[in-house]
Amino acid sequence: MIDIIFGHYNYWIVIFLMMAGFYTVISRGNLIKKIAGLNIFQTSVFLLYISIGYVSEGTTPIIAEGFTKYSNPLPHVLILTAIVVSVSTIALGLALVVRIKEAYGTIEEDEIHEQDMSL
Amino acid sequence: MKNITVTVLIDALIDITLLAFLAITAIAIIHMRNLFVIIMLFGIFSLHSAGLFVVMDAADVAFTEAAVGAGISTVLMLATLALTKNHEEKKPPHHARLPLLVVLITGGALVYGTYDIPSFGDPMSPAQQHVKPHYIERSIEETGVANIVTAVLASYRGYDTLGEVTVIFTAGIGVMLLIGGRLLRRKKQEDD
Repeated sequence: MIDIIFGHYNYWIVIFLMMAGFYTVISRGNLIKKIAGLNIFQTSVFLLYISIGYVSEGTTPIIAEGFTKYSNPLPHVLILTAIVVSVSTIALGLALVVRIKEAYGTIEEDEIHEQDMSL
Repeated sequence: MKNITVTVLIDALIDITLLAFLAITAIAIIHMRNLFVIIMLFGIFSLHSAGLFVVMDAADVAFTEAAVGAGISTVLMLATLALTKNHEEKKPPHHARLPLLVVLITGGALVYGTYDIPSFGDPMSPAQQHVKPHYIERSIEETGVANIVTAVLASYRGYDTLGEVTVIFTAGIGVMLLIGGRLLRRKKQEDD
């Protein structure tokens, strides 16, 4: 039992963060806050990947004398790509928010919905 | 040997502290309604996760997260806040039960899934077996780069990085199409 807790608490807290982001995305109507939630979700996925690549007593994967244990470089590379992609998606999402504000005069989801309905 | 145990314990302590900070920040983001505060908290969240990446031996990821995640994302969000001039989130009309239920079920399923994942930091886990030994042993003679992450990024998986550039390019075009014409339109209106 102690083994499971000590070996998995990292994943559990990461899942908690993921769900906090997910909750913000689906329960709040403000578009900027939704994007902040999406960002939290993405960051916690990064944390999950890096956790899987971690080796205890290991070191950063840069070859140097005196070290034999390195953490897995492959998740690091994938997440480097993912971080940049996440900024691209955030930039696009925020540009959409700016356009929605121009077109509807609000960034609250329910007000946008009302305006659509009254057309 | 004793030194190594102490290092592992210190690592675990820093790890738990940073994870707790992250959890507190995430809860604060859910509760806050002032958008400026939310964006600043988000910057803090990114910075803490960058710290966590350092603890988990991912220095390159930490650099990128601190520069791109905490820096550029926060600036972009602040710019959006300035453009939309909306500083306060509306109070949600009712207590959201359904989202909470969905989140609890999803989270429960994910936690159940973690029981099959090998322990945190296990050097014998399947993720450490497949291509990792090849990268660690051969990358310096095959690419001549001491930093394995750089070797994989630019050499072994160079096409991935090319794809990444394509994504940034597409997003850039998208942003320009969406709000690039804004200033021109406004100028036209002023001229008319």
